[in-house]
Amino acid sequence: MPATQSLVTIKGRKDGLVLVMNEACAYRDLLIELKEKLAASTNLDQNGPVISVKIEVGNRYISTDQRDQLKQIIHSYDHLKVEAIHSNVLTYAELDQIKEQEKIVTMVRIVRSGQVLSVQGNLLLIGDVNPGGVVSASGNIYVLGSLRGVASAGQGEDGNNAVIVASIMAPTQLKIGETISRNERNTAEVLTERHRFECAYLDDHIGKIVIDHIQATIKKGNLPFTFNKM
Amino acid sequence: MGEAIVVTSGKGGVGKTTTSANVGTVLALQGKKVCLVDTDIGLRNLDVVMGLENRIIYDLVDVAQGRCKLNQALVKDKRFECLSLLPAAQTTDKDSIQPDQMKKIIDTLKADFDYIIIDCPAGIERGFKNAVAGADHAIVVTTPEISSVRDADRIIGLLEQEKQVSPPRLIINRIRQHLLKSGEMLEIDEIMNILAIDLIGIVIDDDGVISSSNKGEPIALNPSSKAAMAYRNIGRRILGETVPLMDLDEKQGFFHRVKALLGMR
Repeated sequence: MPATQSLVTIKGRKDGLVLVMNEACAYRDLLIELKEKLAASTNLDQNGPVISVKIEVGNRYISTDQRDQLKQIIHSYDHLKVEAIHSNVLTYAELDQIKEQEKIVTMVRIVRSGQVLSVQGNLLLIGDVNPGGVVSASGNIYVLGSLRGVASAGQGEDGNNAVIVASIMAPTQLKIGETISRNERNTAEVLTERHRFECAYLDDHIGKIVIDHIQATIKKGNLPFTFNKM
Repeated sequence: MGEAIVVTSGKGGVGKTTTSANVGTVLALQGKKVCLVDTDIGLRNLDVVMGLENRIIYDLVDVAQGRCKLNQALVKDKRFECLSLLPAAQTTDKDSIQPDQMKKIIDTLKADFDYIIIDCPAGIERGFKNAVAGADHAIVVTTPEISSVRDADRIIGLLEQEKQVSPPRLIINRIRQHLLKSGEMLEIDEIMNILAIDLIGIVIDDDGVISSSNKGEPIALNPSSKAAMAYRNIGRRILGETVPLMDLDEKQGFFHRVKALLGMR
């Protein structure tokens, strides 16, 4: 190991430290140097405020165990806090997971009382959620219709940023992440809200564009051809 | 080959048995061969409403368990030659028969009758599964109450999973005009908006229904009552006729007036 070439570079920034790590050397060497560098840094004031640390590993794949290991080393200094570990490399499994979380699942149906519709990713429901029905997604929920049942969005990681969108918002309960809100309105009052959703489609039989009530369209099965029906 | 229609609701007490009895009666009045099947084992009522209780020798469970032939268990109606009843057993419970046994019995009946009306018990358990097993079509009965509509919604969801049953159709039962007038009852439009299935009829709440049930005479036999007219219209719609929703139209006029008063639409 040439002593002149530094494997770990510590950069000070306004918002904390950035540790830039060599992406070509052995991981073991990286750990050794990291420990040495941290130990040698006399300017890391032991009594100062908490400093946030970002780690840039470049084009190196680091596993969850390795991430934990890095965090452990840095957290052995009380006032250092790892904010993020950034790597340019993803495994296929991780990529699939991200894709799963970001995809929009389109469903054309009515979620009736007692039925549960649960998806990974974002849910686009074309149809109603009736009282007693439940829709749940790891991401956002979009209802093109009336939401009168229970909707739980953000049921994956970092769920607090999820949103619930509905054309008619009259839910019995909403849940985003771990937070629940309930509707204080009277059930009968909610039921009286009126809406009329219309859907335009090309009718093969008459060769014209037809506009029909969306519930009628769902019933006729005219919608599913462009959507992945589940 | 006949058609089997299950009459169901989820909730109890909304008028499944009364509807079964009257729909069966009006189809028989039209000269169709009809068999009513009571699947409410342990709580049988259809025989009482039809006034045929004293003629029961064998029942559905006897047929399923091979204690008698199907024909022996059928009770002929005293008024119509073409109307029969397959009564439920009263001494056992719903678990004494399996859905596949039920389907076999209904399939056998379909060979001899034009319409088989299956009266379903309340609930979504074994009794419901038995009743639906042999059905080709379904009629969901609801009343203009939130609880009843909620249960109907649940039942429609369950019926949609039964692949052999055609999309269910709806009867709104026990409509009370004075409550509609005061706006204290769910409107038909609202119910249709939630349930989103085809409406096959609406029946006005009629005191005559109770008194005729007690006498064992389906109200449909008394053409002067509004409920009887409603059932007759339902019967004609089942036969494929296009009958306008006469009562609904009448009330729609009324709805429009209310809406106009409230400045809606």
